[in-house]
Amino acid sequence: MSESPTELGSMDPSIPATIIRERPAVAPAPAEGGAPPGSGDLTDELLTSDQWTDAMLQAAGIPVADVPLVSIGGGIGSFVTVDYLRIAGTPTSKIAVLSNLDFPWQTYEYLTRVSQIPRPERIRSDSASRPDNIWGFPSYAVTEAFQEGKWGELWHVFAEPMWADFYTPKAGRVFAGLERESKRIGWDQMLVKGQVRMVRKRQGGGYFVILTPKAGQTPTKRVAYRAEYVHLAVGYPGLRYLKELQDFRTENKDYYHVVSAYEEHEHIYEAARTKPITVMLRGGGIVASRVLQRLMDDREKHHLQTQIVHVFRTFIDADHSPNEQNLRAWNKRKGANGFAYQGFNYPKSVWGGQLKSEMRKLEGQDRATRYKEMGGTNTPWRRSWQAQMNQGRRDGWYQIMQGTVDEMMIDGDGKIVSVVKSKSQPGPVAIAADYIIDCTGLEADIAEHRVLKDLLDHSGVGRNPTGRLDVERTFELRGTASGPGVIYASGATTLGGYFPGVDTFLGLQVAAQEIADDLARRRFCKKIGTFRSISQWMKWARNKQP
Amino acid sequence: MLPTLGGRIQTRIILLAIIGGIVTAIITPVLPLPAGTTMSQAYKTTFIILAAVIVVGIVWEFIYHFIMQWRWEKDWPTFFGFITMINEGVVIWLLLHFGLIPGIAKGAVPTTAFVIDFVLVWIAFWLWVNGPMRVFNIRWRFFGGRLV
Repeated sequence: MSESPTELGSMDPSIPATIIRERPAVAPAPAEGGAPPGSGDLTDELLTSDQWTDAMLQAAGIPVADVPLVSIGGGIGSFVTVDYLRIAGTPTSKIAVLSNLDFPWQTYEYLTRVSQIPRPERIRSDSASRPDNIWGFPSYAVTEAFQEGKWGELWHVFAEPMWADFYTPKAGRVFAGLERESKRIGWDQMLVKGQVRMVRKRQGGGYFVILTPKAGQTPTKRVAYRAEYVHLAVGYPGLRYLKELQDFRTENKDYYHVVSAYEEHEHIYEAARTKPITVMLRGGGIVASRVLQRLMDDREKHHLQTQIVHVFRTFIDADHSPNEQNLRAWNKRKGANGFAYQGFNYPKSVWGGQLKSEMRKLEGQDRATRYKEMGGTNTPWRRSWQAQMNQGRRDGWYQIMQGTVDEMMIDGDGKIVSVVKSKSQPGPVAIAADYIIDCTGLEADIAEHRVLKDLLDHSGVGRNPTGRLDVERTFELRGTASGPGVIYASGATTLGGYFPGVDTFLGLQVAAQEIADDLARRRFCKKIGTFRSISQWMKWARNKQP
Repeated sequence: MLPTLGGRIQTRIILLAIIGGIVTAIITPVLPLPAGTTMSQAYKTTFIILAAVIVVGIVWEFIYHFIMQWRWEKDWPTFFGFITMINEGVVIWLLLHFGLIPGIAKGAVPTTAFVIDFVLVWIAFWLWVNGPMRVFNIRWRFFGGRLV
């Protein structure tokens, strides 16, 4: 694992503003041995060179395909960007999407499903954040009202957030919309299945992207794409567990009683239906709320005796100003019973208003500080959840506490005992539970993703003040230009840049718009002005190809 | 909406002039203005009222921006955009009532005519900025309501 800073503000102050250079002075020795020339695989020369020539690939025997723009990832980040480019007049022949996913929402649907948002449930996203519609018009609420005759949803968006919780769309509606739009823009014509191995600069301009197709599908192990523009949307680099939970899992080889909420863990809900159990939750974000809701719903529905112990590392018990000593009226977030409350994962105006405009101007430490002042784990305040939690606290089956865990062990009854150190208790408290669900959703360092690690080592890109990939306001990866070629990135890997809400539907659209506008300036596609926007919206409405 | 101060003012001036102008042009002939009011007088009156809503509204935008600072999200809920019709309408009505709007004589606009005019213009503008505007300018919503 990389030792690079991943926490806000943890960088060395002597290092210049926004960049933490990860790149060593000399090229690192290849971690893997190169293949012999002519084998169709990566040779030593390719593995170690920052810049490749056409001849080097020819010598390696790797076939090369020319596509002007390659998007790597193939999830919702790729989808939203490609959607923009298609609407900006780019034909499918000029785009290749390299991905191991069959359809763009595959990973998203998996993660939402296991973290307790199946298709009929509502995700945490705004009505006008539509990844299948670059205009956000009509919004999900309006569509739901008209299609399903649910006129109450119009009142919902009218009265939110004061007299109604924020409207949020059902996961199933989002996926159905994505399916329709992916057919409309010809997604399958652009999709190439395989695992992307690396992106390297090409001598003479542009880049090579190396793809490893499924074994046996191509004559060579690798194929290369020669592209002028590369778009990177690989999503979260990986999941990290709380250290003590990971240690416990490894030492006891127990991946059953201690799980991450992002893993399949249906067996816990099933166990709760067969006998009274105690479940410990760790974390205070949206996933904790969802898992808690499932436990509470099941308890009510099946008349269960489930006990829930909820441990928060940062326990919020009142209105607060995140990471500040004193409460500031201008920067005050609601909080209670352990949770910090916020409609979406950032204050709403980062997606278009005051905070977006403010952050766009900030550099280095100022930006890192501002991120801290609006950051911290949070979850929405929803009326139904409040009622359930209040009931649980009243009846004693839902306990909340501040604490961290240093030690975990198995007791005589086979229960997992966590020794919790809490600020509110003089000494450590031992809490036994049948199951522990890690809902903290910690993310791994970007260097744990193979393609990103390769970029950090070979492309010249640096890290931003929060340790992720350093992007310009246009989402160009700073320091990676290759002749006229540009690498863009969107999504979670760019968190910490001039725009905060990157890993959200609307954030991906903000990035896609900046990328499409930049590509229009470079004459790759057309600029979406008023007339194109209206005519393309009409096509969207009639489900006609862009 | 997620406005910046600059975006608020631009949206107010440009969209209220266009959307408000279209609505005003359509409804003026049917407003219950005093008998004997010519069509040109009627249009002059309603367009002056629209101009007053825009000009006085710039002051309101500063106040709204100030109020928004107390909101953690720094947002301006859809409902706020709707309900501010009341305070703004009352102020314009008072200005009319006391004859403080240049070009309109004191008492020249009956309250009913004013309410119909003001409410229709406001609702059309409010509906527009909360929906179709996003199709006419795809950058508007991401840049705090700025148009230039």
